[in-house]
Amino acid sequence: MSPRDEILQTRSYPNDRFPQIPYDLIREITLAILGMGVLVIVLAFGLSSPDVPALTAKQVAQQDPELLVQTELNALTYQSAIAQYGPPYNNQSGSLQALGSFSPQKWAGIQFPIDTANDYVLHPLSLFESMNPALKSALNQWEHASSHQQQVWATNLQKVLPHAQFSSSGWMILPPSVNIGPLGTISNAYLELARTGLLEAAIDKVDGPTAVTNRTTSLLFLENQADTDYASQLNMLGNEWGVIKETGNYPGAVWLWFYSLLYQIPPYNTSSAADLMVILTVIVVTLILICLPFIPGLRDIPRWVGLYKVIWRRYYKKYGLKNG
Amino acid sequence: MRKSERSNWTRGLRRWIEHNLPMNHLFPDTMPVYVDSYVYLFGVLTIAAFVWIIISGVVLTIFGPQWWHVSPVGHFFNSLHFWSVQSFFFFMILHLWAQFWMAAWRGGRHWTWITGWLLFLVSIVTAFTGYLSQNNFDSQWIGVQGKDAMNSVGISGFFNLLNFGQMYSLHIIVLPLCVTFLIAVHVLLVRIHGVVEPIGAEQSVSDVQDGSGIQSPETKQ
Repeated sequence: MSPRDEILQTRSYPNDRFPQIPYDLIREITLAILGMGVLVIVLAFGLSSPDVPALTAKQVAQQDPELLVQTELNALTYQSAIAQYGPPYNNQSGSLQALGSFSPQKWAGIQFPIDTANDYVLHPLSLFESMNPALKSALNQWEHASSHQQQVWATNLQKVLPHAQFSSSGWMILPPSVNIGPLGTISNAYLELARTGLLEAAIDKVDGPTAVTNRTTSLLFLENQADTDYASQLNMLGNEWGVIKETGNYPGAVWLWFYSLLYQIPPYNTSSAADLMVILTVIVVTLILICLPFIPGLRDIPRWVGLYKVIWRRYYKKYGLKNG
Repeated sequence: MRKSERSNWTRGLRRWIEHNLPMNHLFPDTMPVYVDSYVYLFGVLTIAAFVWIIISGVVLTIFGPQWWHVSPVGHFFNSLHFWSVQSFFFFMILHLWAQFWMAAWRGGRHWTWITGWLLFLVSIVTAFTGYLSQNNFDSQWIGVQGKDAMNSVGISGFFNLLNFGQMYSLHIIVLPLCVTFLIAVHVLLVRIHGVVEPIGAEQSVSDVQDGSGIQSPETKQ
């Protein structure tokens, strides 16, 4: 035995000062696990879980071709929400959030550069131009046109698009007199590409057999109008608590109720920096709650409210209440 | 200095454990009389739900993230995982509220309170990455909506909600390890400090010993 070994005295244990009753910790955890197993198995069998497939460009092209053409046009002319967003996608300011000069979004800079015209429209179509001479010519015409000419064509298409007709096979039919340059050919080729289901892969530049697990660019393609329209049909919008529920009537992250609630009330619901304000608020509130043991007043709330008297009523009845 | 006289880390750790967490405190077979309430079950029920999250999650991981979309058995295990998570947070929040109303941070137990809150926060992030790993419209919608919050605080480059590979990897290994570690620390702190006594009973308890019930060896006369 080492010369420094000695009979250890365990430190005084607060619980040992009180009368004890039998307790079986292992039995308790075992029964808890078994009981919980019964509960979750019953819930899983009885209620299942949601699995609505992701919204795809193919689905939009088939069900709402006008919306897909609008999305394509917005991307091509840099008018989409992502094109105007700002960091981390580009240096615009449409969704740049700041509180005075405090803007972590701006400081972080561009981390996922997205050129909506090229990434969402021109590059995907260029992959198929060798199979479609008319498309190749149309893309060439668009890319060599001046900005002013492109704007004229885009504006004209924007005006007639709400009145466009779509054939049963999904082709956009416009009055021949409207001057939209190559946009008719481009838009119909785009619809055709979307209907194949290959648009997202083309956007993400998936060019081999290995798995591509970062689909940021293609996920952002439909993130504005298309996703919102679909979410609206599924009662998933923010004011329907959609971000803390799953599709159907399934609960989602209901424990984020406070975070979600802030978006619905002033001043958050009218602020252009709502996300930044909400996150800062949640951080502050969380820090206060974490540091509760050290905050006089707040840490006395349980004592003032007195709910503990109900929890420990049997103990107080038998042994009396001191300093309570 | 002789080798035996240098500080011995192993012996130091063993002595610390033996002093602060002897086996009869780590695996007690008695509990203070005031712990006899259903309120005290919320913590162990939270852990029980976590066990089922791990069981169902491991099965889902073994068969890959696409399995549950194409297999009825896979869908059942996804449902099991889904409702285990709901149960986990349900009992955790009841446990959190109970500890608040009992002012459970008293008597030097502030670290138990703090680790409990860290557990809550890490669990929220773990669940969030799980919702983002579903590869369906729920994950698509949550991702495109949540990205604005991440972008606003400039962390998208580090934590990209739309990067399935990152979210899935964090969800199945990094964050569960963090949660498991925090649970272990949290539970060990409870065992080290004991269950907080009733408000008002913090003072000397010589007048509450009436001979009834089992008394621990330390309090026996």
